Amino acid sequence: MEKITPNIIFNISNDISDEIIKDEALKIMRACFQCGTCTGSCPSGRRTAIRTRQIMREAVLSLDEVLSDEDIWLCSTCYTCYERCPRNIPVTDVIIKIRNLATQRGFIKPAHQKVTQILADTGHGVPLGLKNNSEENQWSKARESYGLSKIPPTTHAHPEAVLDIQKLMKLTNFDKLLKLELQSTNEEK
Amino acid sequence: MTEIKEQKKEHPKEELIEKPFSDLKYSLYLGCVIPNRYPMIERATRFVFDKLGIELIDMNGATCCPAPGVFRSVDKALWLTLGARNLTIAQNNKTTELLTLCNGCFGTLHEVEHEMKSNPDINQRINKILAEKNIHFDGNVNVRQIMDVLYFDFGLERLKSLVKKTLNLRVAIHYGCHILKPSSTQLFGQDPDNPTFFDEVVETIGCQSIDYQEKLMCCGAGGSLRTGFKDNSLQYTIEKLRQIRKVGVDCIVVCCPFCHLQFDLGQIEVSKFLDDGEEEFRIPVIFITQLLGLAMGYEPEDLGMIKPEEPKGISPFVPFDKLLKKIESIPLDNQVQKIKTNAKTEAKPKAKTKAKTTTKGGKKL
Repeated sequence: MEKITPNIIFNISNDISDEIIKDEALKIMRACFQCGTCTGSCPSGRRTAIRTRQIMREAVLSLDEVLSDEDIWLCSTCYTCYERCPRNIPVTDVIIKIRNLATQRGFIKPAHQKVTQILADTGHGVPLGLKNNSEENQWSKARESYGLSKIPPTTHAHPEAVLDIQKLMKLTNFDKLLKLELQSTNEEK
Repeated sequence: MTEIKEQKKEHPKEELIEKPFSDLKYSLYLGCVIPNRYPMIERATRFVFDKLGIELIDMNGATCCPAPGVFRSVDKALWLTLGARNLTIAQNNKTTELLTLCNGCFGTLHEVEHEMKSNPDINQRINKILAEKNIHFDGNVNVRQIMDVLYFDFGLERLKSLVKKTLNLRVAIHYGCHILKPSSTQLFGQDPDNPTFFDEVVETIGCQSIDYQEKLMCCGAGGSLRTGFKDNSLQYTIEKLRQIRKVGVDCIVVCCPFCHLQFDLGQIEVSKFLDDGEEEFRIPVIFITQLLGLAMGYEPEDLGMIKPEEPKGISPFVPFDKLLKKIESIPLDNQVQKIKTNAKTEAKPKAKTKAKTTTKGGKKL
């Protein structure tokens, strides 16, 4: 007869759970009793591998794997689990916090890193997309055709505001966290 | 948490609803997708508000809200900081009301507002960072969403009085997520599993809101899903589109440009997931202020609904042709009245002449 080996959980660092609940509002996470309402109401879980209950379990147990697990990025933050959790756990906020911790440990998708670089460069997540030395493109022309200003009155019309937010990115260490290249460094000097 | 909810619920109903339109004033927060990808939404909204005499003040130098998906997910501290910075622009405009046309921007700015007002630790920490740029959030800004402004500040009665053209279109409403949830800070005080405000607005301005399965499901774009896992996000969208097609509608109506993009561009993108022989989706997607403008009797051109021939490759990606043809054939309500009264007045003289002839005839006889 084959020997039964104990099923050992490894890679417990005991700090993930503690770090999550540093945020007072997330302390209640430890009340999770694994009912599975979150998984049951998850529109992403119906189509993808994300199992919210499993993420909650791993988070409570401080399993390192949860941070490198791509599934934590499959949540569309629709808040359905958050609303339905019978223990009033802000599940979506817990997932966001886990994503923050994952980013701090370098687990981030290149596509997401790229968007943060675009934010740092333009002030927008979805910028107008003018190429250097060009005053118009299809979107600015579209704006014009609808009787709007070619350039919207956001950071696009106020490039100095981009420098402001780059400064704020430095103050929060966001630039280092996401390994951003900020062109303002020289200009400030 | 509850404080904000009660405060929000009280003031629009008690104070603002009685105000004339000309007293309403908002800082207009554009965000990213509207000015840079769906300028027709900006056009329609500015046009309708202008016609009503409501002042919209630009928020110069505003950044991305930042998006509650990617940016909150990677670093909440920066997300709070940039969000609070955007709120201070509305503050500098000397407005208390910040109007967003997007569920995502609303989700971010409303949560930032809430955190800054109710969490002294966060308020102190973020204001300390902002102080380096000589800005400070004083807390005198209320973040509003277009649906909330239509529902509370305009009010259903007044919306009804604006209607000059009863469109009677069959529309599929998509609420989106961040306007409904978290319910603890939601502005409408409605059950997120059974909301009615959007339906009420659409029915008040003369259209039929057609129920469909999965009406309250997410469009799939949010939470950094579209950025990181586009195919997965489109799986949400195709499910919703199939359900919408089943009930048969003239158009989809949204109150969020990111949902708008996901449904509009998404209809082209989901082509690769269609079953064998399944027809391509071509359901027009319009924004609530465009529908309102049409109901107020304005021309589609005024509302950014006629796509320019040039440049190519711009939104909307699903053509409006069929919808516009239908709208063109709908007369203004006063013309319907005229036709009705004409029909009556025409009928009357006929009766008179008939009567005359008979009397004449009678005399003759």
